[in-house]
Amino acid sequence: MIAHLAILQVIVPLMAAPLCLLLTRPRLAWLFTLLASGLAFLTSCLLLQQVMTSGTIIYELGGWDAPWGIEYRIDQLNAFLLLIITAISTVVLFAAHTSIQDEIPADRHTIFYVLYLLSLAAMLGIVATGDAFNVFVFLEISSLSAYALIALGKDRRALWASYQYLIMGTIGATFILIGIGLMYQMTGTLNMDDLAKRLPEVAQTRTIFTAFAFVIVGICLKLALFPLHLWLPNAYAYAPSIVTAFFAATATKVAIYLLIRFTFSVFGLSFSFTHLPLQILFVVLGLAGIFVASTAAIYQTNIKHLFAYSSIAQIGYMIVGFSASTVTGLTATLLHVFNHALMKGALFLALGAVMYRIGSTQLSQFHGLGRQMPLTMAAIVIGGLSLIGVPLTVGFVSKWYLVLAVIENGWWPVAVLILLGSLLAVVYVWRIVEVAYFKPAPAGSETIKEAPASFLIPVWILVIANIYFGIDTRLSVQVAEAASRSLFGMSP
Amino acid sequence: MFLGLFNYWIVIVLMMIGFYIVIAHGNLIKKIVGLSIFQTSVFIFYISIAKVDGGTAPILTEGVEIYSNPLPHVLILTAIVVGIATTALGLALVVRIKDAYGSIEEEEIQKKDNLD
Repeated sequence: MIAHLAILQVIVPLMAAPLCLLLTRPRLAWLFTLLASGLAFLTSCLLLQQVMTSGTIIYELGGWDAPWGIEYRIDQLNAFLLLIITAISTVVLFAAHTSIQDEIPADRHTIFYVLYLLSLAAMLGIVATGDAFNVFVFLEISSLSAYALIALGKDRRALWASYQYLIMGTIGATFILIGIGLMYQMTGTLNMDDLAKRLPEVAQTRTIFTAFAFVIVGICLKLALFPLHLWLPNAYAYAPSIVTAFFAATATKVAIYLLIRFTFSVFGLSFSFTHLPLQILFVVLGLAGIFVASTAAIYQTNIKHLFAYSSIAQIGYMIVGFSASTVTGLTATLLHVFNHALMKGALFLALGAVMYRIGSTQLSQFHGLGRQMPLTMAAIVIGGLSLIGVPLTVGFVSKWYLVLAVIENGWWPVAVLILLGSLLAVVYVWRIVEVAYFKPAPAGSETIKEAPASFLIPVWILVIANIYFGIDTRLSVQVAEAASRSLFGMSP
Repeated sequence: MFLGLFNYWIVIVLMMIGFYIVIAHGNLIKKIVGLSIFQTSVFIFYISIAKVDGGTAPILTEGVEIYSNPLPHVLILTAIVVGIATTALGLALVVRIKDAYGSIEEEEIQKKDNLD
């Protein structure tokens, strides 16, 4: 059983998806999905524990040896990502049954859970696999289920957002496919570990440069790096609340993982950062993303839009940490992947609660909400503070490491810009606080009740995690540091 | 030079045609068609890299020493399935968009969204 953990991680939700289709009662389907996701979470905890104590786990599918067969390779980085994805998925699912009551017609509830499980399984697959082509297949499974999930949104604009995402996402995935093809052409292997060994021999060829460019651009489309982010705001804003909470916390993180895996492990540090101007390119795009997206967030009238733009800005921070190409920089990125998942999970889930009570997330509807839904609004405020990076929240921890990494490289102007970017976050979070707490509810309006417990419990689990991991950083920092050390080839 | 790399030239031409259609056309169906052509070019690319000079189909028979590489063929079968799924999902979305907006022209849809 323990020996098969790596494959169980992916196969349990993947098998649960078609089984779930047989359950016609929505509540049953929900409990079943929750069970599958919970099992995946347990598996990932065990995996992380095993990886931290005894090192990388290699699992050969069907018993075929590595370069011929597909292998799953779990090291600290994979295990960390698996934990984030399954934890968020499970917590978010607690609220799913209540949340989709009003947002999705009853006859589609089962389909919703099937798609959710497929999406979860595919994301776990992307992270777990050690085979480049397998990555593409899982990427497409996760994307196709994502398009369908987004199209389930109540507003008709969800359809249009989903269509745009489909076009952009398919182009991105096809780019990755071209890149993988070119790499295969030069090396004759698809196994990541094997690729890493064979690529240096042919690294100076134009084919490999082209392959690198295709893979990186393809991944950047998926992770919504500025200026390839155009699909993201509408897709997040019009998708059902649960879907937004799940994707905002996990989907772009998986793309960040792929970026790290391909640049550090497959192509290698010296190829990615010395031969190509990747570093300067990513610093500039990351910073541009932070400023453009944060400024755009300030002018949004729909809060889901606002936080979607803020997500693009947060991706900018991760990219800046990544481009520092030092252990500290990568630690900062991985920490922010973890911390941002907690923040955005809490924020979008709280917005789901608002959506459930007032049927809209327009800022104009938030008047006086601070009094009527105190617990939900408090969650949004704490999540917002964490986004800004106030001490005692997780946001502070990742910003701290990021600034440390940037200063370590002697990039003082970048450090200043990062802090200025945080000030923009103050502005957009304040706009919500101002409307919710300092504007009275419109006279004669109905009183709004606090969100039901099925929302409050998962939201507050995430909020407390936001504070807990802001104070006790042992788990997150230790794992992130171990992961980035192993990527740099140092023993942890 | 040209004839030797004939397949690859076709790949690039098809890829650019497909990509151009996706970007330049406002009709949602045409965009999906462009996307299909774009993906098809990659299928041809994979099949082309599998060709070994003088090799035959990868079926084990006596008297044949050189085979073409079957692995890219298998890979691309998977990618074709993915491509069909994407096209089907895209077309299904277009049907829903037509129901909801009464149009499949990008400009008109955006105009209607801006009115809301």
